[in-house]
Amino acid sequence: MNMIQAVNDALRVEMERDDRVVVMGEDVGKFGGVFRATQGLYERFGEERVFDTPLAEAGIIGTAIGMALYGLRPVPEIQFADFIYPAFDQIVSELAKYRYRSGGQYFCPMVIRTPYGGGIKGGHYHSQSPEAYFIHTAGLKVVVPSNPRDAKGLLISAIRDDDPVIFMEPKRIYRAAKGEVPEGDYSVPLEKAELVREGSDCTVIAYGSMLHTAQEAVDLAESKGIHCDLIDLRTLLPFDIESILQSVKKTGRAVVVHEAPRTCGFGAELSASIHEKALLYLEAPVARVTGFDTPFPYSLENEYLPDPRRILAGIQGTLSF
Amino acid sequence: MRAAVAVEEKIVRVLGEDGRVDKSIDPALSESELLKIHRAMTFNRTMDERMVKLQRQGRIGFYIGSMGEEAAIVGAAAAMGKNDWLIPCYRELGAALWRGLTLREFVCQLFGNSEDPIKGRQMPVHYASREKHILSVSSPVGTQVPHAVGIAMAARIRKTDEVALVFFGEGATSQGDVHVALNFAGVFKAPCVFLCRNNQWAISVPRERQTASESIAIKAKAYGFDGVKVDGNDVLAMYAAARDAFAKARKGGGPTLIEAMTYRLGPHSTSDDPRVYRLDDEVEQWKRNDPIARFRRYLQKQGLWDEAREEKLLQEVNDEIASVVREVEKLPGPTVDTMFGDVYAAMPWHLREQSEELISFGKSRDSKAELKK
Repeated sequence: MNMIQAVNDALRVEMERDDRVVVMGEDVGKFGGVFRATQGLYERFGEERVFDTPLAEAGIIGTAIGMALYGLRPVPEIQFADFIYPAFDQIVSELAKYRYRSGGQYFCPMVIRTPYGGGIKGGHYHSQSPEAYFIHTAGLKVVVPSNPRDAKGLLISAIRDDDPVIFMEPKRIYRAAKGEVPEGDYSVPLEKAELVREGSDCTVIAYGSMLHTAQEAVDLAESKGIHCDLIDLRTLLPFDIESILQSVKKTGRAVVVHEAPRTCGFGAELSASIHEKALLYLEAPVARVTGFDTPFPYSLENEYLPDPRRILAGIQGTLSF
Repeated sequence: MRAAVAVEEKIVRVLGEDGRVDKSIDPALSESELLKIHRAMTFNRTMDERMVKLQRQGRIGFYIGSMGEEAAIVGAAAAMGKNDWLIPCYRELGAALWRGLTLREFVCQLFGNSEDPIKGRQMPVHYASREKHILSVSSPVGTQVPHAVGIAMAARIRKTDEVALVFFGEGATSQGDVHVALNFAGVFKAPCVFLCRNNQWAISVPRERQTASESIAIKAKAYGFDGVKVDGNDVLAMYAAARDAFAKARKGGGPTLIEAMTYRLGPHSTSDDPRVYRLDDEVEQWKRNDPIARFRRYLQKQGLWDEAREEKLLQEVNDEIASVVREVEKLPGPTVDTMFGDVYAAMPWHLREQSEELISFGKSRDSKAELKK
């Protein structure tokens, strides 16, 4: 099963199980979504629970908030993460804050699914990784799967969660990442990272499509006799600090990888947290391998995105410090 | 086939300024209903006067009132059904109390104290009540309007006959969120009543600066549903128009946009001074059309009201407010740890850590005293 099929399967499982779950967005109905993630749901669950909306992201999220307040569990799709900004106010000031500002009387169980990231020749408007804006927002959870098994299991957990979740799907590996996915009801817990590779020399932390790039880098390092822990973060907010510290205290080195720009990117938070909580275990400063502080370029996207060479250089840098 | 939508150019009016009634559209409310509406409007007005004084005395931080708009607010709320939803802007105290928010809850919220239902999380007049189907007040203008449409869409999906009533001002109609909400409501035929209090002023900006459209109500036509312009200072007209809109929505007839023609007699909030930007003459002219006085003239004409009763009512209302303020003003503020609750359903590690950090310092005024030592 690929990522798209896994997402589709998760939606189907949850919609079968819980009639409060509704899917909404642009082109998600009969057409099944521009990436086909909602294919077949309209036919199975009907137009009351799977519906196309007018083309307005603020309206999709704004009305979904009302539905969630009422007691439904909407799963709106924002077609590309680059188009999420018209809904930014509704997400950060309304959705994220509703539980808090109503003194816990109301809550907004909602999962905003949105494909993100570069590597598909999409240029500035189809490639961005805006996770840091949402990680900076109290009240949201931010989840990024890197493989089909997690895409299904995490999405199911996100839908069952009583807090709003931004579920960012790495579209570059939508079809490329394939793997076994358990059938039927199956979940992967939020807020838990996964150690996907064990080694003693350096900790590499990545998520989403960068997990695969980091894996290549870790393989290269292995061939040079450098053994790395590779952590797939999976949930970025709240992130699994325990798994990170456990690994870093063992290896004494860490490299954080993401394709979003560097300044105030999520790597900055991870780096600061590691320094604050494990400074005396560190052999070298935490390294960041990230996208650059430029708009996302079109022709030079392969140069913009972290690649195995840059990640390997980051790993080697922590060893030669 | 798309049904033709109606936008009445004529203003719906039941009560003449002289207290005479247009019998053809009089909602024919019972004596007790009429008196309840009068009391609610009077209560709203008295609360505003008292709370502004409280703010001036520095006892609460801020206040925002409804003066002049009580008929639009109470009239529409009075037409709501039992389980309907109220999605307020920040000027709908009269509607919230009508729907069951208690005075004590509201005043505790103003003080942001330990019994504030929203736990001191927002500035005054930002109440919420899940139990009473009242959404949380937000300050950014118009953001609540799409929520109302979502509530209405959900009510339809769940096959209930609940209707959402959402308030906003004419200034909000310039916001994208309001356009988007009206558009969604039209497309999904959401059982939603949009109530625009056209009070002529968005802080200092007049209605003409918000839209070149001849009215707000006419905008409904472009979204594919009915718009109606109502004399917002005529509580019977407001009731009648809202009642019709609710009935239509409940029957599956979709949304209605009601434009209540009214006037903000007071400042935007306690932080505003309207003398700087508008003429006293204009205010005086609208004062002569005060919605409460106008309704009272009608009640007097019906033999339902007189000065003695008015005096007694004011006494009662003032006493009730004073006693609640007295009771709750003594309550302590929320404890420091409550700052970290309700961010999520369960507190994650980083908030636990930050909460412990803050608690180790104690309350801020204690630590300031300590620094001086």
